[in-house]
Amino acid sequence: MYPNDFRYTREHEWIKVEGDEGVVGITDFAQHQLGDIIFVELPAVGKELAARQSIGVVESVKSVSDVYAPVPGVVTAVNEALGQTADLLNKDPHGQGWIVRIRIKDPKDLEGLLSAGDYEKYLEGLEH
Amino acid sequence: MKKTRFNELHKQLGGKMIEFCGWELPVEYAGIIPEHMAVRTKAGLFDVSHMGEVLVTGKDALAFVQWLTPNDASKLAPGQVQYTALMTPEATFVDDMLVYCMGPEEYFLVVNAANDDKDFAWIAGHTQGFAVKVEHQSDAYSQLALQGPLAEAILRPLTDIDLAALKSFHWAKGQVAGKDCLVSRTGYTGEDGFEIYTMDPDPRVIWTSLIETGRPQGLQPIGLGARDTLRLESKLMLYGNDISDRTTVLEADLKWIVKLQKGDFLGRPVIEKQLVEGLTRKLVGFEMAEPGIARPHYPVFYKGQRVGEVASGTFSPLLKKAIGLVYLPIDGAAPGTEFEIEIRGKRTKARIIPTPFYKRART
Repeated sequence: MYPNDFRYTREHEWIKVEGDEGVVGITDFAQHQLGDIIFVELPAVGKELAARQSIGVVESVKSVSDVYAPVPGVVTAVNEALGQTADLLNKDPHGQGWIVRIRIKDPKDLEGLLSAGDYEKYLEGLEH
Repeated sequence: MKKTRFNELHKQLGGKMIEFCGWELPVEYAGIIPEHMAVRTKAGLFDVSHMGEVLVTGKDALAFVQWLTPNDASKLAPGQVQYTALMTPEATFVDDMLVYCMGPEEYFLVVNAANDDKDFAWIAGHTQGFAVKVEHQSDAYSQLALQGPLAEAILRPLTDIDLAALKSFHWAKGQVAGKDCLVSRTGYTGEDGFEIYTMDPDPRVIWTSLIETGRPQGLQPIGLGARDTLRLESKLMLYGNDISDRTTVLEADLKWIVKLQKGDFLGRPVIEKQLVEGLTRKLVGFEMAEPGIARPHYPVFYKGQRVGEVASGTFSPLLKKAIGLVYLPIDGAAPGTEFEIEIRGKRTKARIIPTPFYKRART
């Protein structure tokens, strides 16, 4: 379920590292919790992100939720497809439903994130 | 948290439970959008046992109801139901409610869960001078709502009530799934359908029978999430969002429930004054003219001035766009008028459109 080459946060974001950049999205658990996602607000390309800064907003019919940067960086691309098809976050949260691509400020910051196994253990704890 | 008599059944069906007005209730089962569409195209079953019930009996029951409400309850024959309100002397809302005429000296009032205790205290506090008895019956009642174009077909095999003869805003007593019930052709979705009341201490078989009978025809259990989107598309009022003790009945665009020819009632002088002087603001429907979803309490700007906040706002699953209700200054309350809603710090264009946003085709 949760790809081994991603790192995860306890707030249910994932980051897939590709060189000095990272692709960021929300986890399958998060999209289930939110329900049908109908609107995504994306940041501007070039925006500098501090640790745990909001990179955007995801709205379902009922809820409005911030998505946070897993690590500090600069936005290099956003998933424009979400403007018309926000439900990609429900259908393919770990793939086509990616939200932003960032240039990672310091790879050391990734060390504080969870592995897939640790994230799954963390989810088990939440469900009890 | 209070639990309805159907609580365990919601959990068995995978209902995501939340706290609402002190009750543990399902916000969704399959998801707000599929549930919403099921009610619009097939049928949906809601547990609305959190609603409040008050029985008014006695020689002056009619005169008492007439004093507390702006609509004309004298027009009701036994078997009829009316949408009305409990008015303050300022012509604002204690609550909105349904009045069931049970007989010449018996009226059954159905009020919102959020206001249940407040309403009963209000009603009981105004009995002086009236020969009436008021009974708070909320704890004794369970209530289900079966809504959607297939509602009658699903309920028919389970009841001895002649549903074809039961017209909109009428009620009848009979059995549903073997339990004694009062069934009215009313609802909070804009669809055809029924509200089913029972005092049976274990009414679960009504729920399970309706689910089993309806499932093959597309019926789904519906949570509070879709209840809100359904009622908003049909511009049915939500107390606390759209109407409150700070909004008058005329400002809420509910002039149709005000019947001045009926005689005196609480709030009447203020209504007469507003009719003469005109309103300064009015509740109107809007759609977003730019991307974004307006939510309750978001700041609203008209001609650059802050004029209030969003009353109700959501994404309409049927119309697939962001809609809502807002009180706007009367000079800006005409369809087509553009104004702005602040969404996360950004002023975003919205446009007034005619309401209801959705009206079912009647056959």
